[in-house]
Amino acid sequence: MTATNRLLSLSSIDLIIVALYFAVVLGIGFYLKRFTKTGEDFFLAGRNMTAWIAGLSFLAANLGSLELMGWAGSAYQYGILATHWYWIGAIPAMLFLGVIMMPFYYISKTHSVPGYLKLRYNEPTRALSAISFGFMTVLMSGINMFAMAKVMQVVLGWDIGFSIWMSSITVAIYVTLGGLLSAIFNEVLQCILIWAGALLIPILGLIEAGGWTGMVNKIAARLHDPTYTHLWSTLGNFSDNPMGIHWTGIVFGLAWVISFGYWTTDFLVVQRVLSARDLRSARMAPIIASVFKMAVPIIVILPGLLGLAVLPMKLVPESQAAITGQPSYNAVLPLMLARYCGPGLLGLGITALIAGFMSGMAGNVSAFATVWTYDIYKPMFRRQASDAHYVSVGRWCTILGVLVSIGTAYLVMQFASIMDYVQALFSFFIAPLFGTVIFGMMWKRTTPAAGFWGLLSGTLMSLVLYLWVKMDPSALRYVALSPHAKALAEDMYRALWSWTTCAVVTVAVSLMTKPKPVSELEGLVYGVTKIPHEGPLPMWKQPVFWASIVAVVFVIVNIIFW
Amino acid sequence: MHKPGMVSIWFFIGMILLVYGAIICAAGVYELYNPPATKLVLSNLHSGVWWGGFLFLVGLFYSIHFRPSKTK
Repeated sequence: MTATNRLLSLSSIDLIIVALYFAVVLGIGFYLKRFTKTGEDFFLAGRNMTAWIAGLSFLAANLGSLELMGWAGSAYQYGILATHWYWIGAIPAMLFLGVIMMPFYYISKTHSVPGYLKLRYNEPTRALSAISFGFMTVLMSGINMFAMAKVMQVVLGWDIGFSIWMSSITVAIYVTLGGLLSAIFNEVLQCILIWAGALLIPILGLIEAGGWTGMVNKIAARLHDPTYTHLWSTLGNFSDNPMGIHWTGIVFGLAWVISFGYWTTDFLVVQRVLSARDLRSARMAPIIASVFKMAVPIIVILPGLLGLAVLPMKLVPESQAAITGQPSYNAVLPLMLARYCGPGLLGLGITALIAGFMSGMAGNVSAFATVWTYDIYKPMFRRQASDAHYVSVGRWCTILGVLVSIGTAYLVMQFASIMDYVQALFSFFIAPLFGTVIFGMMWKRTTPAAGFWGLLSGTLMSLVLYLWVKMDPSALRYVALSPHAKALAEDMYRALWSWTTCAVVTVAVSLMTKPKPVSELEGLVYGVTKIPHEGPLPMWKQPVFWASIVAVVFVIVNIIFW
Repeated sequence: MHKPGMVSIWFFIGMILLVYGAIICAAGVYELYNPPATKLVLSNLHSGVWWGGFLFLVGLFYSIHFRPSKTK
């Protein structure tokens, strides 16, 4: 480990707290191995999770450390607009998953989202989505791993290789031992630790800044720009806000395509809900998660805004930081930690960041192991084998996934520009997949051929648009509808075009080809599926009741911060 | 989420919060009597003491409420 040019120094108490965390997550992995015997245990945690456990795990799998530091940095860069990725870019989709979509995933008893596509469409559609998901998952895991190690190098002076191997070996051990059961157990623990370690920053920050009003006044005075603390009122024009985005990009690109695509079809998060013990728990899990998701800006966005108000230095983009040595936007959360937290608290804050990284990585590798085993290995290589054999394959896949992720991390170290490329690639697969799943689930006329060609054409459209702007930057005015659009805005509009292409091709091909008989769609499609009645439940136990409350609160907070 | 004989996840969470709370609170109390040369912003609030104490109490509640002998 080197100790030069770091932002923070950990005391021995802090190191004890970090070491204790590693010991506990490994201990949980070893403890749970005895309870992980069947494929159902390893890949779906025995389908025995309560709504709370599945919900917190659903949230934690998404709360990677890059989520924490990256979005705190985005809040410093773009202001409160970054909150859209937590509110309109998450809450409606999570409620939709819980209220409308979950019954179909749950009743079909599928092990995965590609597995659902096999039941609804055909084998080629499953293969296409499984291969692209597996590829993207390990790639993203490796890139996140490198980014995390890079942050640890800048913040703590830790060697990049040390951070990569230490954290990934820990994740590999506990997921290999206990599968999804162990991943979920640790994700819930990590979720609590993230809140325990990060919540103190906004509390102390608001005290220093003089409350919300004091913070808003300080930001406006320092930047001579009042737009940083408005959520919607600056979105009428691309050039009126720090992100260079229009409300259509937020509503249609982010809230509809990206958000619904991610929260309802990305198996990384959906797998957690599939582990619920009954249909009501599976429906409640995303609704419980949505409450916490709505609160996450308190520990992510607020520290970024407080950084704008109280930090004496000016943070800069990553590219500039690499040249000048100034701290980058992404360092805002560690800088706020260093500002307020003494020995012990600092260790807890760093533990929260490490926990965030490990929960995200565990989510990736456990989802990868399931999709590889059930959607690639089983149908393509060995259809008939014992349950124990598939559990064994799942364990080896976990190790393989971690090793490939480590390899990707080292690859990114050599070619840093891959980061931008793959971030964009990630959105390529999410947008069309959402089109394929939603049409399949909601329209019984959608045919197997339409599922495959819609998915393929949407993915290709994304790729073509991305390359078009890369080769000719002036094409941005067509792809993102404005030459002023920034990278995030471009992603939103590209996703929208990709989904629209998928939708148009799916409808067109459906009208030209033969649909599946209705008898084969039972349990898979709206209108031909009998949703099991949950019995005479009191109103306060019904998912729709809680989803309505969350929806009302969601509207209120958007109006408050308009 | 329990299989027969499985310790609740909430017990593990309670235990780690209990230990973390004790360590952080103790470190905060130590700093109260031995202030460091370089002071942090808002160090007069002694956040380590009360935040550590809060985590300790939450951890204590969960450790007792979900102790293995009760959940088995």
